[in-house]
Amino acid sequence: MAEFRMPSLGADMDAGTLVEWHVKPGDRVERGQIIAVVETQKGAIDIETFETGVVESLLVAPDTEVPVGTVLALIREDVPTIASTPAPAAPAPPSTRVEPSTTIATAPVAAGLRISPRARKRASELGVALEHVAGTGPDGAITTEDVERAAGSTTAPARPPTPTGMRSAIAAAMSRSKREIPHYYLWHSIDLEPALQWLAATNERAPVAERLLPAVLLVRAVALALREFPEFGSAWRDDGAVPPTGIHVGFAVSMRDGGLVNPALHDTDRGSLVELMQRMRDVTQRARGGGLRASELSDATITITNLGDLGTHGVLGVIHPPQTAIVGFGTIAARPWVVGDAVLVRRVVEVSLSADHRVSDGHRGARFLRAIEAQLQHPEAL
Amino acid sequence: MTAEATRAAILRILGDIAPDADLSRVRGDAPLRDELDIDSMDFLNLVIAVASQLAVEIPERDYARIATLDAMVAYVEAHTAA
Repeated sequence: MAEFRMPSLGADMDAGTLVEWHVKPGDRVERGQIIAVVETQKGAIDIETFETGVVESLLVAPDTEVPVGTVLALIREDVPTIASTPAPAAPAPPSTRVEPSTTIATAPVAAGLRISPRARKRASELGVALEHVAGTGPDGAITTEDVERAAGSTTAPARPPTPTGMRSAIAAAMSRSKREIPHYYLWHSIDLEPALQWLAATNERAPVAERLLPAVLLVRAVALALREFPEFGSAWRDDGAVPPTGIHVGFAVSMRDGGLVNPALHDTDRGSLVELMQRMRDVTQRARGGGLRASELSDATITITNLGDLGTHGVLGVIHPPQTAIVGFGTIAARPWVVGDAVLVRRVVEVSLSADHRVSDGHRGARFLRAIEAQLQHPEAL
Repeated sequence: MTAEATRAAILRILGDIAPDADLSRVRGDAPLRDELDIDSMDFLNLVIAVASQLAVEIPERDYARIATLDAMVAYVEAHTAA
């Protein structure tokens, strides 16, 4: 029997609140299927199961806060079939199952409550119980307006408001980072003119839906450079560096009313740029509108922060534990640039590296930044 | 489609792209990026949705011409087949 537990979605997450179940006992689930929504300090997160089988029992009721690691549900895993035996029959009937005494009463399962972090925060402030709010947003998503409308009506039962936790989660993680991680910082200017000219020509030919942003080139360049310098994707756990098992670049997505998350783009070094761009668009929208998956919040091996949209020249990031490096990009701006004996106008971006001195040194860091630069000089190969 | 309907359609798209943004505060003559705090990713999503839902493809070289809601409505109106 597999145990489905409250996951840890960050170094400083101690507990989470189960918001809703998407399954009930007896339901069949597939590995990767979202079966629960958990409210964390970073907002409501979709939680996937890593098992394929049948839900045996749900052990925690909605609106219950439990520590990380608490068993939330039991899943009866599929038994591997032997070639000579017939395919497994349908799941065993309920009469053959043993229901633990702690099994919760299962209410009718709501069909995927969709809500943005902003609306959820507003609901919390107003004490609105979300299960009684009718969503009018895309795919029935609950909007801030829906919450405020419900708060003004007399039909929505209230519950005590709870403060939003994203700010305190950021405070805890960043304080721990600055307290424990001996950061060092490097700074480098990169000529982006070749990459941007290639990008403009590519976008001119591409359908609208396949247009690329400069950010996708930066993300891919970092991912490819990590192949050469994997230590910058290490995690620091139990007083030692743990090498990464893949290249999963997280990129910081800011919330419009404050706060940020850094969802992971799994296997960032693989696939086409068009595909990566679509994944970045999708993840960004879900980060702001609700619907991030647990694996996206927990798997990043390095973070990229990009404040270029706001005209900021550059940024020296704070490492997100247990990661050991963060790459920062500033705005892309036309600057005087020396090429040979000539001073030319080129579009340039400032890239920074904040890295953990327990894991790497400035010499390797400088080479890592040079590797990112080298990748960007050949955009057609990204 | 009237200009009013075009404006409503664009606002609906913006609501889909930025469900956490407050559309009631958008001034027609102010830069959309500032009004809604949208970034380049949101802006690309907007351009893609305008192409798919309103059948107007906006080339990158015209992005500067659609910086405000009023300008975008006018652009879409001008490029919609009569």
